[in-house]
Amino acid sequence: MNTFFHFALLFAAGCCVCGMLIAIFRIFIGPSAQDRVLAFDGAYVNGMLLLLVVGMTSGSTFYFDLALLIALFGFIGTASLGKFLWRGEVIEP
Amino acid sequence: MTDIALPALVAIPAGLLLIAGGLVTLIGACGLLRLPTFHARMHPPTMGATLGTGCILAASMAVSMVVLHRPIVHELVIALFLVITAPVSAITLMRAARARGQVERDAAQSRGPVR
Repeated sequence: MNTFFHFALLFAAGCCVCGMLIAIFRIFIGPSAQDRVLAFDGAYVNGMLLLLVVGMTSGSTFYFDLALLIALFGFIGTASLGKFLWRGEVIEP
Repeated sequence: MTDIALPALVAIPAGLLLIAGGLVTLIGACGLLRLPTFHARMHPPTMGATLGTGCILAASMAVSMVVLHRPIVHELVIALFLVITAPVSAITLMRAARARGQVERDAAQSRGPVR
């Protein structure tokens, strides 16, 4: 039964890696700046899922904290970049 | 987790949830690559951010509960955080696209031949 579970873990990790590579490719080819920011959003979500899957593989709880940190900093990056593209200034007086 | 034998009652649903989550995430990323306009491209990554994350977090919760023999709710923190933050970044990006004239560009592109 663990064979199936290990296959599922490998499959999910491969899917997350492929999704992250596709999102990074979109960062490079994105025609406009908001396309690149959107692709960054997709890339960090995929990276967070990859960390969760790796944490399930290793049985350590540190990966969960790392995934939470990636979600936090990814949101901060996306929101500040979007705010900059929107208003031309991140923190307005 | 590689040295602990999971019972089949947990291993099969967790494996199915992992496969479903990975597939949904990959489909979302492929949509990010394939769709023609920015407004169409806003939609696919939210699949990975909602259903893919939900499936993988549920599998992670099940496996941690079996391994540690106690209820684990840490994963709900990530789910709650994503539920709060995903609309905020989507609203910010859409307003940035509107302010930068993406609407007119997408309208002009979608009137032309579809790639």
